[in-house]
Amino acid sequence: MEKTGRRKKKGRALSVLADLYAIAMYTLFYIPVAVMIAFSFNDAKRNFSWEGFTTRWYGKLFSFSNTTLWDALVYSLVIAVLATLISTVVGVLGGIGLRKFEFRAKKFINMMIYVPIIVPEIVLAVAMLIIFITIGIRMGMGTILIGHCTFCIPYAVVTIKGRISGDNETLEEASMDLGANRVQTFFRVTIPSIMPGIMSAAFLSFTLSIDDVVMSNMLAGASQSTLPVLILSLNRTGLSGDVNALTTVMIAAMVAGLLLHRLIRRAAAAGRKRAEDGESAKG
Amino acid sequence: MCGVDALSEAIVSLKNVEKWFGDNHVVRNMNLDIAEGEFLTLLGPSGCGKTTTLRMIAGFEDATEGTILVEGERVEDKEPFQRDVNTVFQNYSLFPHMTVYDNVAYGPSIRKTPKAEIRERVKEMLDMVQMSGYEKRKPDELSGGQKQRVAIARALINRPRVLLLDEPLGALDLKLRKQMQIELKRLQKKLGITFVYVTHDQEEAMTMSDRIAVMKDGVIEQIGRPAEIYRRPKTRFVADFIGESNIFEGVVEHVGDRTGADGSASGGARLLGIRLGAGRVSACGEGFSAGDRVYVSVRPESLCVSREKAEGFDLPASVTDTVYMGTLTKILLRTADGQEVKYSRFEQEEDLRESMGVYLCWQPEKAVVIPAEAERGESR
Amino acid sequence: MKKKDRSRLPMLAQTGPVSVWMVLFVTLPLLFIIYISFMSRGEFGGVVYEFSTESYRTILDPMYFTVVAKSFRVALTTTLLCLLFGYPLAYYIAKKPPEKASRLIMLLMIPFWTNGMMRLNAWMLFFQMNGPVNYVLTHLHIVEKPVMFLYTDWLVNIGLFTNMLPFAVLPMYSSIEKLQKSLLEASYDLGADRKKTFFRVTLPLTFPGIFSAIILTFIPALGTYTVTDMLGGGKVLYIGNIIKNQFGAIRNWPLGAALSVLLLVITALLIFLYSRFAGIEDLEVV
Repeated sequence: MEKTGRRKKKGRALSVLADLYAIAMYTLFYIPVAVMIAFSFNDAKRNFSWEGFTTRWYGKLFSFSNTTLWDALVYSLVIAVLATLISTVVGVLGGIGLRKFEFRAKKFINMMIYVPIIVPEIVLAVAMLIIFITIGIRMGMGTILIGHCTFCIPYAVVTIKGRISGDNETLEEASMDLGANRVQTFFRVTIPSIMPGIMSAAFLSFTLSIDDVVMSNMLAGASQSTLPVLILSLNRTGLSGDVNALTTVMIAAMVAGLLLHRLIRRAAAAGRKRAEDGESAKG
Repeated sequence: MCGVDALSEAIVSLKNVEKWFGDNHVVRNMNLDIAEGEFLTLLGPSGCGKTTTLRMIAGFEDATEGTILVEGERVEDKEPFQRDVNTVFQNYSLFPHMTVYDNVAYGPSIRKTPKAEIRERVKEMLDMVQMSGYEKRKPDELSGGQKQRVAIARALINRPRVLLLDEPLGALDLKLRKQMQIELKRLQKKLGITFVYVTHDQEEAMTMSDRIAVMKDGVIEQIGRPAEIYRRPKTRFVADFIGESNIFEGVVEHVGDRTGADGSASGGARLLGIRLGAGRVSACGEGFSAGDRVYVSVRPESLCVSREKAEGFDLPASVTDTVYMGTLTKILLRTADGQEVKYSRFEQEEDLRESMGVYLCWQPEKAVVIPAEAERGESR
Repeated sequence: MKKKDRSRLPMLAQTGPVSVWMVLFVTLPLLFIIYISFMSRGEFGGVVYEFSTESYRTILDPMYFTVVAKSFRVALTTTLLCLLFGYPLAYYIAKKPPEKASRLIMLLMIPFWTNGMMRLNAWMLFFQMNGPVNYVLTHLHIVEKPVMFLYTDWLVNIGLFTNMLPFAVLPMYSSIEKLQKSLLEASYDLGADRKKTFFRVTLPLTFPGIFSAIILTFIPALGTYTVTDMLGGGKVLYIGNIIKNQFGAIRNWPLGAALSVLLLVITALLIFLYSRFAGIEDLEVV
């Protein structure tokens, strides 16, 4: 008896220790977020020290007087949306195709897909930069977009490939067996059955694109800066509070979106459950 | 291979069909005619080519060589969605993102059938498989048996002339499987549709089929009615695979008179004296001559055990185990040559104790003699 | 065969775009940068198309080589820290029930939806002269005068470590999670204690996850330039910064190309080692 008691006690102590460790690590992850949000309420012209609480940065932000900041944000958003669209379409098609078909260059293409994921981004950015300059392509939104898609597509492909299994193939066979041709099968069975994968591929592409600095910086030429590049260049002189305010608003939007998504999913599940209960009561 | 067999009676026929997967020869020179309205089972162990055969009829695989005709028309150039056959898949393959209703309605909705008609037909189909009331469920909210019913409804709503079933009951537990076997058979009779059924379960094949094609290594070893296959296996493999069998290897010693005793009054069957190692037995067979190497197959329930030698038999054995199984008693014996023999009977007439010495025999016409060289199908 | 031709169309439609994209924007640029690395430097920047190994010799020049060596050291430190702190965290998450584990993973990723640059900026605010850390340190009289943390290798290390840690945790988490509980129980049953079980069962079986973590932290850390740019204030130079500078004001393309090729070779080497015991597809990148 005594022995088991001691064993239990030791186990509990260990688990408390583990919890403390996890809390410490998570704190480490959230320090920058907390600091970022805190300093959006800092009543100082430049964020070199804490001067007291204010909400004026939010006022300034939403008076849209800082056009540089808003232009950069809009530019980033436009690029992110386009990159997400292109990468999701190309990546989803590619993920499905590379899983299903066998062809001679497949191994090579599969390898190439992992290059942008693994090789440091600066290498690919520089490689693209010199080839673009050499063949005389003008730097700007187009080149940034190409850069972003080049690393978003591989992530989309890998995400989709992970979601497709042998089951999907028999589903396609079942669809064709029931009279649907290849195109009908693709849109009515293949795509809907991997929809969650497509959504996460799109989400991943968007977050990667909107946060990218390296490609956006190297391939921008003299054009407009994206938001991360603007922040990088403003950093030397000290960022003013409205940048913190903007990024705080952005993360709030992201988290709100996530919660909303969960809420909708839970409501749908509950609705389905209710329908079932009603049915079984009826039956 | 250019004849137009439009008037052939078979609803599906395979002519000299070959299928290679790379270096793997999975279907060898297959010729098979499936009659309209019959329940035909392709039976064999895994890897025997039965599923591949089914998939070639459905159109998921192309035959490497040969012709497949469905309703007298060649189908090589027809995509699966252009063929008038439907499939019930092994793992059901219900579309996970659609409700039961949408799954069943899939076929007609692809064909742009009017909504009202679809509704009516789906209702009819779900009634038929006893699944009405489940329209709004998603597949992952159904049990295995329910999924199977929906899959059958989905395949039948297109009113195919031929329904292909690929081990449809494989994932169900034994009790449910037995129940579904009966239901499927009833459904097939009621609808009068041709069923081509793939399974590795010989009992299932026996219960449901009008005809069974036993396959091994891409070859149909034997095709026939269940009773015929059970009673008169043509190859050692069939004898072994269908039900339980004792198979003895031996040499024909002498060929006796015509027997005509095997009921069918077949003129050709003769009484054969066969030497099995040290022992000697009798069996009826047709077309054998002295010196032929043969297999003699005897069902456990056809075996007799006695304390004395019977006429024409000299096969001593000793009892090793007796197992009581309710109405049946199974007894294991070992011959003097060391071969294990299965024997079953309904009652414990005589006390057979372990290590007791006995003699084995049987009625010569109940044994099946198989030529040893015919072990690999004759169709090649 | 007509049917065969028809079935080639969907293959082209599906694999065509991704294949063309990868060849155009990955294969060709990489081949070109290798080519450029063997060319000569132009007098006023740019490239003179004459064969030369000068750029590679320049890398060995002490001025550059110390930077390369330092980059390696820092990347290695970051990787070790990530493994050391990441493995226990991955283990902790993996031992939670699935529902809770997926929530913890989500919680791990949320900070990464904030702007990366702002996150780095926040570390600067946290450690700046009048920032919270210095406030606490001076008020507790641990130090007399505020410490200058900014623009040091130390802060760059903190930035790299916190940035890379989740990408080390994820692959290790999924390999620990896949580990069957029955294997550990078998080990206990056979008389191994917790420590022995960990070193003889858990660790070897989760090694692919650990190696993934090494690749996913070491290589990005080696090639970074944003972290050093933000936290190092341009005073701390790593390989990434030198590469970037060759395409800015300094304009020595062949040198930048040669350094890029160096990173490529290191990456290829690590991947080769990895492929000896696991498929590249097992690299848990998403």
